[in-house]
Amino acid sequence: METYELLQSYWWFLISVLGAALVFLLFVQGGQTMLLGARNDLQRTMMVNSLGRKWELSFTTLVVFGGAFFASFPLFYSTSFGGAYWLWILILLGFVLQAVSYEFRKKKGNVYGTRTFDIFLCINGILGCVLLGVAVGTFFFGAEFTIQKSNLLNTAAPAISTWAPTHGLEAIFCWKNLLLGITILFLARMQAALYFINTIDDPANYRQQRKAVLVNGGIFVLLFLTFLAVLLTADGFQATMQNGRETITVVPYKYFHNFIEMWWVLAVLLIGVVMVLYAYVKTILCDNYKCGIWFSGIGTALVVMALFWVAGYNDTAYYPSLLDPASSLTIRNSSSSPFTLTVMSWVTVIIPFVVAYIAYAWYSLNKKPITPDEMADNDHKY
Amino acid sequence: MNDLTSLVDWSRAQFALTAMYHWLFVPLTLGLSVIVAIMESIYYKTRDPRWLATTKFWMTIFGINFAMGVATGIILEFEFGTNWSNYSWFVGDIFGAPLAIEGLLAFFMEATFIAVMFFGWKKVSPRFHLASTWLTAIGASLSALWILVANSWMQYPVGMEFNPHEMRNVMDDFWALVLSPVATNKFFHSVLSGWTLAGVFVIGVSAWLLLKKRNAAMAVRSIKVAGWVGLIGILGTLATGDGSAKVVSEVQPMKLAAMEGLYKGSCGQSIVAAGILNPDKQVGDDQAPYLFDISIPYGLSILAEGDPNAFVPGVEDLLAGISLTPEGDTIRGISYAERIERGKAAHDALRRFDIAKAAGDESAMLLAHADLKKDFDYFGYGYFDEAGEAVPNIPMTFYAFHIMVILGGYFLLFYIVILFLAYKQRNFLEGNKWWQLVAIISIPLVWICSEAGWVVAEVGRQPWVIEGLMPARAAISGIPASSVITTFTLFAIIFTGLLIAEINIMLKYISRKSKENIE
Ligand code: HDD
Ligand code: HEM
Ligand code: HEM
Repeated sequence: METYELLQSYWWFLISVLGAALVFLLFVQGGQTMLLGARNDLQRTMMVNSLGRKWELSFTTLVVFGGAFFASFPLFYSTSFGGAYWLWILILLGFVLQAVSYEFRKKKGNVYGTRTFDIFLCINGILGCVLLGVAVGTFFFGAEFTIQKSNLLNTAAPAISTWAPTHGLEAIFCWKNLLLGITILFLARMQAALYFINTIDDPANYRQQRKAVLVNGGIFVLLFLTFLAVLLTADGFQATMQNGRETITVVPYKYFHNFIEMWWVLAVLLIGVVMVLYAYVKTILCDNYKCGIWFSGIGTALVVMALFWVAGYNDTAYYPSLLDPASSLTIRNSSSSPFTLTVMSWVTVIIPFVVAYIAYAWYSLNKKPITPDEMADNDHKY
Repeated sequence: MNDLTSLVDWSRAQFALTAMYHWLFVPLTLGLSVIVAIMESIYYKTRDPRWLATTKFWMTIFGINFAMGVATGIILEFEFGTNWSNYSWFVGDIFGAPLAIEGLLAFFMEATFIAVMFFGWKKVSPRFHLASTWLTAIGASLSALWILVANSWMQYPVGMEFNPHEMRNVMDDFWALVLSPVATNKFFHSVLSGWTLAGVFVIGVSAWLLLKKRNAAMAVRSIKVAGWVGLIGILGTLATGDGSAKVVSEVQPMKLAAMEGLYKGSCGQSIVAAGILNPDKQVGDDQAPYLFDISIPYGLSILAEGDPNAFVPGVEDLLAGISLTPEGDTIRGISYAERIERGKAAHDALRRFDIAKAAGDESAMLLAHADLKKDFDYFGYGYFDEAGEAVPNIPMTFYAFHIMVILGGYFLLFYIVILFLAYKQRNFLEGNKWWQLVAIISIPLVWICSEAGWVVAEVGRQPWVIEGLMPARAAISGIPASSVITTFTLFAIIFTGLLIAEINIMLKYISRKSKENIE
């Protein structure tokens, strides 16, 4: 049993890492919401091409995030995706549109015109950030579902998870979830501006993106502080083991207590916040400072990991059911079997290699920043 | 009940729609990535700019296609959760693993190196660039490996055990999944059929260039590379297709019977090479199964069992649980009616287990568990009321199989002739309109052939989602059918809209580029 719990915690940690990578990479989506506002076609082309080298990464991270969740916590996969049907379908549709838009937008014969594909990118940018934020919001603020595994034997209505009839729309219209979603949107926009500063070598672009950092970053900081206040005062679901059975009870200020009881999570959160603020302030104050994306990127990743940890560790239900607390998901009751988690853990040995080649390829492609001259070249571009 | 039936049908329709759309792009990605990588390797060796131009021409087409593959793939991955959520719980412990490994091992590889492949020409060394192109191709094949392991497991569930506490199956042998004979055949059959498909595509487009008398030298160069890749592809496809059929006869005899339209089997069973089914024929009646057929004596016994006198059961034999010995004696096995009974007994045992567990009655739990184990092999049959529900759509499986096999024979011939022409009859290759038209017409044919393969594999497996364990009916999510109808319509519109754009972009690109001097 001991190693089983260790494996479950390890996999929740990996989920948090993938979630952190995903939120960091959402700068691609953030950048997509800024394309329509580009000053001119050249600037837009530079922005698209700078994002275009990375869009596959954020997309694939989402796919792997889903796959890893499926393998390690299948009950979540089965409950959330089938339950919050519309929420997830909308997210997916946005990504479907994104996947073709870069490749198609400037190609001759693309039927719908460049502008349509730019609008698709914008749609994916907004839906991707806001709705993924909403989905993560339900980790804290819960959803209306029940799980009854023996339904499997009911031939007339076999579904084991049932969900509120609005199937995910209610989650979108819950203001707390939405708050997190919009916070992530502005975070992604700030990061996108920092990324453009880092990868595009053009003074006019630099001036404009710095302004974007100032505005979006400012809004983000305000929203994020509000979200933190909501989270710290929110009720949470506590799982207690009794004679081998989990009982789940509602506890006021659960997340606040989690931060106190797990001081290291609080530390990670604070370091993350400081790094993001440092990137923000330094970019605004120092002329020609271009490396903000690294500080704010790592900071963002740390904050997201800390949020996943308070959601799932310390016997907290990471997917609270508002209808039937006993149905809530914890990393104990929703995980795969010890055997599967062990096999999967062996597979994770390759993660360092994957990270290494991604980093190397990133470095190789970004060594030279994008310039207006390069865009005039007729090599492969978006 | 009515809403359940409609929900199941629409969920199936949606999965079929999205999977078949995905498969329009996947085989071209699998095959074209190899062809492009070989072309770039030749360029790397010779430093001949004409090979560079050839590589870039096909690489651009690859990119256009790849984008669609990615766009349609993400839906499939999440559809297991959104539309088959019971399934995701019941077997997620086994099925999720290959999917996660696929993402980690394969998708990241593709995603990373494809960016270098497209944008790295001037930013990285030629060696690193070539390596990236190959790694993209390898990544694509690796992703095929893992998803096909997952799919094969649904056809032939192995390496797991049922856990009644959690009401799900848990994995107990990972290698049994990966090395199952279904998985090995399926992997090579699918990937190599992708080579076959991409070869026909490249040759068809090149034939069009020759027809228009544009860039003839590049066209011939491309035909040679594609011809070899395709020849290896089709030889492997045929060999593993034969292997697949043998495995199917072992693990999914009902599917095999449907593929052959075989109602009553016999020893020394002939095989129908081509035929038209009697549309009025029902399981169990006395009508002839075919209106017209051309059969090869002993064919099916040899194909399925490797022995001309072996018995091959038909649909009715399977339902009745009957087989024959070569001497003509009847052997009674387990009929479908009995399977249904035992399946219901398994359900019952599980119910008792659940009640005993809630009451904390250990001994009743043990008892119920023992009963459950006895009948668990037929668990899935417990969802049926009559044996007929367990028979797949015979005409669809039959025709799809025969279309695939007949076209498979045609493509073998096609590649042999093309390679002969390319090396020995250049003038004919460049000047003869007829073969050029044949090559162009072959492009849609190879897509039909490839899609037909999946129809055989998937429709022939119905009504199971997991053979013998879980029928589609029990696999669904708790959503209203109307929601699925809406998303089905959305996907149909969006995918079709994007497909139109994709094809148009490709045609425009090929026609515009062909007017430039590529060589
Ligand atoms: C035999 C091969 C094969 C088969 C049967 C499937 N796929 Fe696929 N898939 C590929 C071979 C492939 C590929 C060749 O690797 C693709 C196609 C184009 C591409 O970008 O990669 C791909 C792309 C692709 C993507 C986008 C990957 C990315 O982020 O780049 C996803 C999420 C899936 N697939 C998921 C699935 C699922 C859930 C399937 C089953 C129901 C499935 N695929 C069947
Ligand atoms: C890309 C190639 C594939 C094609 C063309 C394909 C084709 C189909 C078709 C035509 C159906 C509908 C059958 C029917 O309802 O009559 C179907 C159903 C289904 N397939 Fe596949 N399939 C593919 C790959 C896969 C893979 C790789 C998996 C699993 C890993 C899979 C899992 C399923 C499931 C879960 C269903 C729905 C349940 C059912 O109706 O059985 N398919 N597929
Ligand atoms: C004589 C030739 C062929 C034979 C005997 C054959 C046999 C088979 C069989 C038995 C299956 C079903 C496997 C299963 O249900 O597990 C299958 C599936 C399939 N076939 Fe073929 N095949 C042949 C040629 C081709 C060709 C030429 C192509 C495409 C160019 C092709 C593409 C496919 C595909 C994509 C599938 C689905 C994937 C799979 O189940 O492996 N086949 N084939």
